[in-house]
Amino acid sequence: MAQSKEFHIIAETGIHARPATLLVQAASKFTSDVTLSYQGKDVNLKSIMGVMSLGVGQGADVTIKAEGEDEAAAIAAIVEAMETEGLAE
Amino acid sequence: MSNNFKGIAASNGIAIAKAYLLVDPDLSFSKTTIKDVTAEQARVDDALKAASADVEIIKSRAEKNLGADEAQVFEAHLMVLSDPEMSGAFKQKIADDQVNAEQAVKEVTDMYIGMFEAMTDNAYMQERAADIRDVTKRILSHLLNVALPNPALIDEEVVLVSKDLTPSDTSQLDRQFVKGILTDLGGRTAHASIMARTLEIPAVVGSEVATQEVAAGVTVIVDGLTGDVIVDPDADTLAVYQQKAADYLAQRAEWALLKDQQTVSADGKNFVLGANIGSPKDMDAVLENGSEGVGLYRTEFLYMESDHLPTEDEQFEAYKAVVEKMAGKPVTVRTMDIGGDKNLSYWKLPEEENPFLGYRAIRISLDQTDIFRTQLRALLRASAYGNLWIMFPMIATLAEFRSAKKVYSEERAKLEKAGVAMGDIKLGIMIEIPAAAVLADKFAKEVDFFSIGTNDLIGYTMAADRGNDKVAYLYQPYNPSILRLINNVIAAAHNEGKFVAMCGEMAGDSIAVPILMGMGLDEFSMSAPSVLQTRSLMKKLNTADMKLLAAKALDAETNDDVIALVKAAIK
Repeated sequence: MAQSKEFHIIAETGIHARPATLLVQAASKFTSDVTLSYQGKDVNLKSIMGVMSLGVGQGADVTIKAEGEDEAAAIAAIVEAMETEGLAE
Repeated sequence: MSNNFKGIAASNGIAIAKAYLLVDPDLSFSKTTIKDVTAEQARVDDALKAASADVEIIKSRAEKNLGADEAQVFEAHLMVLSDPEMSGAFKQKIADDQVNAEQAVKEVTDMYIGMFEAMTDNAYMQERAADIRDVTKRILSHLLNVALPNPALIDEEVVLVSKDLTPSDTSQLDRQFVKGILTDLGGRTAHASIMARTLEIPAVVGSEVATQEVAAGVTVIVDGLTGDVIVDPDADTLAVYQQKAADYLAQRAEWALLKDQQTVSADGKNFVLGANIGSPKDMDAVLENGSEGVGLYRTEFLYMESDHLPTEDEQFEAYKAVVEKMAGKPVTVRTMDIGGDKNLSYWKLPEEENPFLGYRAIRISLDQTDIFRTQLRALLRASAYGNLWIMFPMIATLAEFRSAKKVYSEERAKLEKAGVAMGDIKLGIMIEIPAAAVLADKFAKEVDFFSIGTNDLIGYTMAADRGNDKVAYLYQPYNPSILRLINNVIAAAHNEGKFVAMCGEMAGDSIAVPILMGMGLDEFSMSAPSVLQTRSLMKKLNTADMKLLAAKALDAETNDDVIALVKAAIK
C-alpha cells in the first residue's frame, strides 16, 4: 500500500539547486522507495541526477510517491521540506 | 645537472620544498572487455568511495576558508557521487556490455552531461554539467590510480607548480603546507601574485617553463626576492639558500612586529612614517606595511594614465578611495605635476629647450586655472571622507603660493555656498626649488606645512641631471650644501610651529634618516616596502645622539665625509 501526495511548485527556480538537494536528502533518510513523477516520467527521489534531469520548473504539478515500511514518515518529511523551503503548496 | 630558470619575483621570501604539480593528469584509457563483472563493479564502488573521501576533504577546507555557501558546490558533488541511480547505471553498463569500469563511467556520465547541457534555457543545469565533469575526473583518477591534484589535498610542505592559479585554487591554499608558488603565466599584478603577497607565500610567476622543467616530487628552490628558480639543487646550493631563507624570515619577523607600532626613537620621540603612492591601487601595500600616512600622492598619474583630462568626478573617486582607506590618517595630495619629463598624450605642451626649467606643475596650474579648479574641487569634495592635505609642487615664490591659495579659497567658498560637505584641509608646498628652501622662514608664516622633494631639490641645487651619466656624480644627497638647505627648511618650519615632511628618496635612505632625525624632520615618506625597515632603524636611534651627528654632518666638507660620519656613528 503506497502513499502519495501532489504538489504545485511555487518556487521561482523550480526544483533545482538547493531545493533539489534538500528533497533528495530528505528522501534518502528512509528505506522506502520514493518516486517523483512529473509529466508522465518517474524518477528516484533519492537520485540528485534523476531529480535534476526532470527540469521541474515553477508552476509544475508533481506527485511524490513512497512505498515501503516507513512510507508515511517519508511523505511527512517531504511535505515538511517542501513547506519550510517555500517550494510548493 | 639541474635546469635552473628565472621568472618574475612576485612575492618576497625563499621557499625550498618538493614540487607539487597542479596540472591535470592524463586520464585517458582504453575500452576493454572484462570477464569478472562482480570484480569490475567492486572497482566502481571503491572508486566512488575514494572520490567521496577526497571531496569531503576539499569541502571541509572550503568551509573553513570560504564559508558554508561557497562550499555548497562540493555538497552537490558528494550527492552526485552517492547517487544510487548513477552508480546503478555504472554497474548495469558493466554487466550489459562487459566493459571495464572506466568505459562504463565515461558512457554514463557523458549521457548525463549531454542531457544537462541540452537544457540551454537553464544556466543552472548547464553549470551542473560542469560539476559532473569534475566528479567524473575524480572517479576516473581513482580507477586509473593517478593522482588528481587539488590544493586542498596537499598534506605536506610543497612548492605549488602550475600554469596559472585561479581564485578558487588560491582560496584552497593552506599556508602550513604551501611554502612557495611557481607558475608559467602571470605578472606581478596577476591574481596569483596578489594572493601570494597577501598570504606571504614566496612566489615566482611568469616563468613560462615551470610546468615543463619541474617534475613532481623534485626539490625546488623559489627565490621570490630575485625571481630565481633552482631545480634539484646540490648540497652546497641548498645550504646557501637555507641560510638566505632563514635570514629573510628573521628580518621579516622583526619588521612584522613593527607594523602596527608607532615610529618612536630609542629616546621616545615620535615620528611619522608615510608612503608615496601614484594611484588608489597602491593602497594595499601602504596598509600592509604599516604606513602612518600617505606623504605624497602623485596625482599626475591620473592625468597620464587617462586619454582625456580627468573629470572632477573621476578625480573625486580616486581621492576619496585613498583618504577613506587611510581612515583618518593624513593623506598629502600633490596637485598635478605635469611637464618636465611627464607629458600627456592628449594635451601637447609647447616644445621647450629646457623643460625642467620650464612650463610645469604649479606654473601650468596657475596659467590654466580651469584645469586647476577642477582638481581643487575634486580634492575639496574628497576631504569630507578623511584627513586630506593639499600641496602645491614647484613653488618658487610667495606670490605663486598666494595665487594658488586664492584659487583654492575661491573654490572652497563656492562649494561651501552650495552646501557641499568638506573637511579641514592643510595647505602646504613642496620644497624642491632652492629659492623656496632659502626663503623658507617667510613661507613658513603662510603655509601649513612643507614637504621637501629631495630628488628635484638636489638636481636644481647641483644643476645636474642624475639621469645623465656624465654628470650623475653630482647627485650628492649628503653633500653638506644640500643638508644645510634641508636643515634651514626644517628649522624655519619649526620656528613657526609648522609641520615638515620629506617625500623624496632620501626619506627612506639609511644614511640620510639618522641625520634627518637629528634635524627633527616630522614625517618621512617613502615607497611602502621601505617603511618597516626604516621604522626598525629609527627605533634603534637616539635623537640626542642624532642631533650631534647632524651638527657634524652640517659642518662637514663633502658628501663622502658625511657618509663616513654616519657609518662611524651607526654600527
